[in-house]
Amino acid sequence: MKYMLIMRGTDETVAAFQDVDVDEIMDSMGRFNDEMVRAGVLLAAEGLDPEPGVVVDYSSEPPVVTDGPYGETKELFGGFWILDVASREEAVEWAKRAPMAGPGSKAEIRRVTTIDEFPQDNEWIRKEREWREATGQL
Amino acid sequence: MADHPGREAVAAVWRIESARIVGALARYTGDFAWAEDLAQEALAEALVTWPRDGVPRNPAGWLLTVGRRRAIDGFRRRSALDERHAALARDLGDGGAVSGSRPAQHSRDDDVLWDPDRIDDDVLALMFLACHPVLPREARVALTLRVVGGLTSDEIARAFFVPTPTVQARITRAKKTLGAARVPFEVPAAADRAERLPSVLGVVYVIFTEGSSASSGDELIRVDLAGEAQRLARVLARLVPDSAEAHGLLALFELTAARFPARTGPGGEPVLLEHQDRRRWDRAAIRRGRAALERAEHTGRGLGAYGLQAVIAECHAVAPSVEETNWERIVLVYEALGRIAPSPVVDLNRAVAVSMAQGPAPALALVDELVADGALASSPLLPTVRGELLVRLGRVDEARAEWESAVRLCGNTRERVVLLRKLADLG
Repeated sequence: MKYMLIMRGTDETVAAFQDVDVDEIMDSMGRFNDEMVRAGVLLAAEGLDPEPGVVVDYSSEPPVVTDGPYGETKELFGGFWILDVASREEAVEWAKRAPMAGPGSKAEIRRVTTIDEFPQDNEWIRKEREWREATGQL
Repeated sequence: MADHPGREAVAAVWRIESARIVGALARYTGDFAWAEDLAQEALAEALVTWPRDGVPRNPAGWLLTVGRRRAIDGFRRRSALDERHAALARDLGDGGAVSGSRPAQHSRDDDVLWDPDRIDDDVLALMFLACHPVLPREARVALTLRVVGGLTSDEIARAFFVPTPTVQARITRAKKTLGAARVPFEVPAAADRAERLPSVLGVVYVIFTEGSSASSGDELIRVDLAGEAQRLARVLARLVPDSAEAHGLLALFELTAARFPARTGPGGEPVLLEHQDRRRWDRAAIRRGRAALERAEHTGRGLGAYGLQAVIAECHAVAPSVEETNWERIVLVYEALGRIAPSPVVDLNRAVAVSMAQGPAPALALVDELVADGALASSPLLPTVRGELLVRLGRVDEARAEWESAVRLCGNTRERVVLLRKLADLG
């Protein structure tokens, strides 16, 4: 089963990280990633630039585009890992090992759905399959 | 703040940590069988304590500490009997380790046990030990799943459709055999490693095979078991990166598992390769499999039996349809495979490939040779394939007789249903 570990934080988390030595971050994150590789559970991982992005808010018509972090809560999505594990609990145990201490720092664990869970006779699902086939996507 | 986990959380921790814990304790005590007992005792204690008090911040450390304390108690009990154990108990209390000549410079014993530089060696040593040639094959499988995979005896029993006490007896006996044969807990020296690795890869292969086509029961694919084998193969590819066969094995698993989504129909019935909707194959798994196969080729040692099977799986994976599959290449690879790993199943698969490349008549000649040799006499495979070839040659009555005997020999419920449908279609 595939699970996504979503790294979440707040402005406060990012600010706290500013004071941590880059080598130290690289080291602790590198160790964590390597441990998952060694255990044969890591399939993919990407990080996001902490620089403020752009937010498109669909609450009104037309949508409002603003700079900066997401909404009022200042929640930031910092990156993700995709794990191949036997159970949801196992994904939780890996998440607990992530080097993400600090104020407002969270990880969210969500199951990754497969394309098989959608109506297979749908034309767009068929197109998506072709694209996956052509590109070898997850 | 403490979470109150059920047994599932303890089981999840155990799946992640068991190999490192048993490995570290085996290195620490110099006695694998005892280390496995100690680890199981620590697990039993966790099953009582954690659901009550929450999972500790460092679960592996907690388990290891419990195991180590019990080891010291054991040494002390024995030290009444002889001076060697007394010295061991003193050393361990001072933070030394039994094997390895590290000075006791740590203030905390657990640091010695939890040496990140030794984890890989511990896990690899454990795999070589669990798959040691002195053990019968089913004992190797059970022991590997238990100590490296972190499965319980119940889970192993369920996976292989045997009673739990049978699994427990296999494991107990295996530990006694390893002790009697004085098998040391260590990674074999480079010279021995090449000779010993095939038995490790072979055990992982058996686990995957059972998972990918259950020999009995209702489920056609035991995804959990196949997934565990895949994980073990990934671990091995990382631990023995210079082994072409370790990468070949991983490639074979990825490319085979890629077909799982298309191998069963809506009712769980098996769907044969020629009828599979290839768009349902897992493209990411195919990509990982092809990458692993490339790594196998890059070792420059030539492909072995697993690598060759991976090449065949790759031929299917890249083909848009059955007709457009490179059957000539598959026949060649099966011929090579038959030379380095001869088996009637390989011969039978080669016959199927020949039937696709050259037609049913030359294939039937190959199958009839197998029948004459008395090969696969108790398996439904031979009559199933022979029936198929006879149908293509228009010899329907003979085909019916073949499929009827295939039904009698078939242990998998799902596969039997397919055969019965084929018979019904013959009229």
